[in-house]
Amino acid sequence: MAGSLTGSGGGGGGNRWRDLDRLLTRPGNIVGPTFDPSPELRSELQQYVRVLVVGAGGLGCELLKDLALSGFVNLEVIDMDRIEVSNLNRQFLFRLQDVGKPKAEVAAKRVMERVKGVNIVPHFCRIEDKDLDFYNKFNIIALGLDSVEARSYINAVACTFLEYNSEDKPDEDSMKPIVDGGTEGFKGHARVIMPGVTPCFECTIWLFPPQVKFPLCTLAETPRTAAHCIEYAHLIKWDEVHGGKPFDADDPEHMQWVYSEAAKRAELFGIPGVTYSFTQGVVKNIIPAIASTNAIISAACTLEALKIASGCSKTMTNYLTYNGLEGLHTKVTEFVRDKDCLVCGPGTLLELDPSTTLQKFIELVGDHPKLQLSKASVTHRGKNLYMQAPPVLEEMTRSNLNLPLYELMDKVPKDVVHVAGTVNKDDKKTSALRKLRVVFKGIDGVTDMDTANGA
Amino acid sequence: MGDLSPCVVYKQESTKHTFAIENLVEALTLSEAHPLASMAEPKTKYDRQLRIWGDQGQAALEKASICLLNCGPTGSGDIEKSCSWRSGKHNSHRWIQMDESSVGQSKAKCVCAFLQELNDALVEASLLRLDRICRQANIMLICARSYGLTGLVRISLKEHTVVESKPDHFLDDLRLNNPWPELKRFAESIDLNTTDPVVHKHIPYVVILVKIADDWAQAHGGRFPSSREEKGAFKELIKSKMIALDEDNYKEAVEASFKISAPQGITLQLLFLNAHELKQLVAIRRMYFTIHISGSSLHQIINDHSVEVDSTSSDFWVMVGALKSQLSEFISCDDVLDYCFSAIGELLYDLCQLSCRCYVNLQKIYQAKAEADFLAVEQQYRPIEEEFNSPSLPEMQKYLNDEDCRWLPIAIGFYILLRAVDRFAANYNRFPGIFDGELDEDIPSLKATAQAILNDLGCNGSTLMEDLTNDMCRYGGAELHAVAAFVGGVASQEAIKLITKQFVPMTGTFIFNGIDQKSQLLIL
Repeated sequence: MAGSLTGSGGGGGGNRWRDLDRLLTRPGNIVGPTFDPSPELRSELQQYVRVLVVGAGGLGCELLKDLALSGFVNLEVIDMDRIEVSNLNRQFLFRLQDVGKPKAEVAAKRVMERVKGVNIVPHFCRIEDKDLDFYNKFNIIALGLDSVEARSYINAVACTFLEYNSEDKPDEDSMKPIVDGGTEGFKGHARVIMPGVTPCFECTIWLFPPQVKFPLCTLAETPRTAAHCIEYAHLIKWDEVHGGKPFDADDPEHMQWVYSEAAKRAELFGIPGVTYSFTQGVVKNIIPAIASTNAIISAACTLEALKIASGCSKTMTNYLTYNGLEGLHTKVTEFVRDKDCLVCGPGTLLELDPSTTLQKFIELVGDHPKLQLSKASVTHRGKNLYMQAPPVLEEMTRSNLNLPLYELMDKVPKDVVHVAGTVNKDDKKTSALRKLRVVFKGIDGVTDMDTANGA
Repeated sequence: MGDLSPCVVYKQESTKHTFAIENLVEALTLSEAHPLASMAEPKTKYDRQLRIWGDQGQAALEKASICLLNCGPTGSGDIEKSCSWRSGKHNSHRWIQMDESSVGQSKAKCVCAFLQELNDALVEASLLRLDRICRQANIMLICARSYGLTGLVRISLKEHTVVESKPDHFLDDLRLNNPWPELKRFAESIDLNTTDPVVHKHIPYVVILVKIADDWAQAHGGRFPSSREEKGAFKELIKSKMIALDEDNYKEAVEASFKISAPQGITLQLLFLNAHELKQLVAIRRMYFTIHISGSSLHQIINDHSVEVDSTSSDFWVMVGALKSQLSEFISCDDVLDYCFSAIGELLYDLCQLSCRCYVNLQKIYQAKAEADFLAVEQQYRPIEEEFNSPSLPEMQKYLNDEDCRWLPIAIGFYILLRAVDRFAANYNRFPGIFDGELDEDIPSLKATAQAILNDLGCNGSTLMEDLTNDMCRYGGAELHAVAAFVGGVASQEAIKLITKQFVPMTGTFIFNGIDQKSQLLIL
C-alpha cells in the first residue's frame, strides 16, 4: 500500500490533489459552518476563488508558493519594490540575475513555471494606485507586508466593502477576509481578519506601537549606546556638516560617513559596538529575517486561507504568535473588536442638511474631530463624486463640488459614502479610507431599509 | 567543538512536498558551488540572517552536514528541485545518497539524503531504531511529520549545549522582586518624594519599581501583586506618585510593572575577574559570562561528570569546569547567588537630562547590557523510545485535562492519534481512512487503538476525542502543503539553533494543531 501513501511529485497527474481532496470531499466533525464537502468542491474553489497577495518579499514569495501548492489557481500579487541582493537569503523565488527587476513580476513568473495550472497576475505598483474595484474582485487578501501603514491601508480597503444590515449586523457576503503575517528573526505572527466579526487591523493597532525614537538631547549630550552614537551622526552631525544636503541611506558613501562619525563618537564616550553593519541596521531600521520563520508564518496564513475558502476546518480565532528564540512558544489570542472602530464599524455617522454641497461636505470631513481626513476624494456606490487625482478625473468631477450632496446621491435619505484622503498620524501623512453614514436631516425617514443598506 | 555538526532530518511520511529541506538549504551557504560564492558580497546576501547569528553561526551552518531521510520515491528529485527552487543551483556534494547502515558509520561525514521506501508497518519501529543509531553516533535527529491537519516536530540527541542563548530581552530577569544588596542600597539612596520636579522626573523607572514594590510588599504581608486586581491596583499606586503628566519614567514604570510579579528565574551572572581559565577562554569576547540553567539545577550541572574537563570537552563544559573551580572559593551556592544578577538590555531610563552620574551608577550595578550576553544553556533529551514507553504521567494527565481548552484537548489528542495511526498501520499495513469504502470501519478501529495506547501508558483516557478520531480517519494520511511547510519551517528553525549552538532549541514534542492553530509543546 506504500504507493497510496506517497506523493506523486509536484508534476501533476490525475491524483495531484488527492491529499487535498481527502479533506474537501469527506465530511468532518470539526469543520467550518459552511463546509459542504463534495467531489466538486476543489474545482469550484479553483474556478471561483481569487486571492490577492500583497507584497512579494520574504512572506510574499512563500505565500504565493504555498497558495499555489494548496490548490488555489487564481492569484494576483502586488508589490512596488525591485529585487535587492539582501533579499536573496530568503526570497527564494529570486536569483542574483533578477536583482533590479520588479519583485511581483519575477515572483509570479517563477511560481507559474513550477506549479502547472496556476495563474498569477503581477502588479508592479503601489497599493494606493489600485482602485476599489480592483480589490473588490478578490475573495481573500493575504498580506506579506513589513509596514504598519500598508497593513492599515489594505485593512481599510477590505473594510470598505463591509455592509451592515438594518440591525447593524455585518452582512456575511460583503466580508472580505484578510490573512496577515509578519516576522522578525525567530518570531512571527499570523492573524485572520474577518471584517465585522474579528477585530480589524485598526481595532488592535496598539499591537504595533510607534517606533521608539531617541530624544535628540540624549544623542547630543548623554549617549550611552552604540545606537545613540549612530543616530547622533545620522540625525545631527550629518546636517551640521553637509548643511541641507539630504542623507541617502542607499548611498554607500553616505553610510560610510555616518559610520566613521559614529565610530569616533563611540570612541570618545568609550561605547563599544559600533560596526558598519550595525550602523546600516540602525539607520535603515533593518529587521533581521530568516527563511524558516517566513515559511512557518506564511504556511499558517495559507492554511487559514484554505479553511476560509473551503470551510474544511474551523479557523483560528484570531491571532497566532510564534517565538522560536528560547525554546518554542506559540499562542493563539482571541482579540476583541473595538466597538467604536472607525474602520470596520458601520461607519461614522454624519447628519447633513440636504442643501450641503459636496465642497462643504469635503470641508466637514476635514474638520471632523474623529476623521480629520484632508484632501478627500468621495465615492458613492462605486460612482466617483469627486476625485483629487488623477488630473483628468479631477477635472471631470470638479463641477460636482458646487452641487448638493443629496442630489449627487440620487436623493436617498441616507446611505454609505466612501471617502479617501490623508490623515496625520505620528507626524506622518498616511493614506486613509473611511466609511461614512450620511443621513440627510428633514427628509422623510420612512424609507425602505434596503436602500439604506445597499444591495 | 568538532568540525562537523551532524544533523539528521527525518520525515516520517514520504511526501511530495519536501518541506524542511527547502528552508535548510536556504539557511546554508552553499559554499563553492553556489553562484554567489565567487561574488564579493555574500555578506550582503546573508545580511538579514547574519544580523541574527553572526559570522560564527553562518560558518557553523556552512560546515554542517544534513541528512534527509524518507522523502519518498520522489525524494531525490525533490531535493534537487527544492535546492534549485530555493538556491538557484543544486550543490550535489552536500547531498549524497546513503542507506540506513551508513548513518551509523557517518560520524565523520554525515552527508546524505537517505531515501527509504516507506514500509508502513515499520514506521514507529524504524523511527526508534534510527534514534538509537543516531544517539550512538552522536548525530542530532530532528523528526518532522505532516499528517492531515496535524503534524509534529521532535528533537532527539544526547544533550545539547548552547554557548550563546541570546535571550531576546532580560526584562523578566531584572530581579526587581528580589533586588540584591547593591541595587537595594542604590534604590534606598534615592528619595521618591523629592520636591524637585526635575529630579522627580529623572528617577530611573527601575528604582521607582523597586521602591514602590517594597512599599506594596510591606503593606501586603511581604507578597507582591499577583491577581489581576492587585496588579491593577499596583499600577494605580505607581500612577498616584506622579507629580506631573509628562513624567515618562513613571509611565515606563507602569508599563514594566508586570515584571515585579514575574517568577524569579534562576539566571545567574557571575563576574569572573579572577578566574584564570575563564579569562583565557572568554577574553576574546567578554570579560564575564552568564550561565543560564534551564531544567537542571546549578548543583546538578556542577556535579555532572562532564565537568572533569579535558581536551575533548566542549566549550560549555570547559566553562562549567571553570565555574566549578570558581565556586569552590565561595562558601555555598547561596553566597554565589548574592553575587549574581541579570544583565539588562535597553531598559535604562532614557531621557535627555538624566544625570549621567545617576545613570552610570545604575548601569554599573546592572553591569552593562547586551554586551554581557554570554549565556550557556544545557538541555537534555530523552530517547524517543523512553518517551513512548514511559511518558511523564502527571504531564500526560495535565494535557489530557487541560482546562484552558474549551472543548477538546486537541494537541494531546493528536499526539495519541499520531501514534495510533502508526500502530494501526502496523496491524493493517495501511493508514486509516485511506480508502473511502473503509472509512466507516476504520473509525472504531482507530478509536480502539488510541484507547489501547492510553491504557498501555496507564492513562484513563477519558472519552478520547471522538470528533478528533473521526477527523484523523478523514485525513487518510493526507499531506497538505501548508501543514508540511509549517512543520518543515519549525524543523529548520530548530536545526539552525542546534547547528549554530545559538539560541535555545525546543525540548519535548511539538504538536501542530491545524484546526485552531493552538499547537502545543508536550514535555513527556
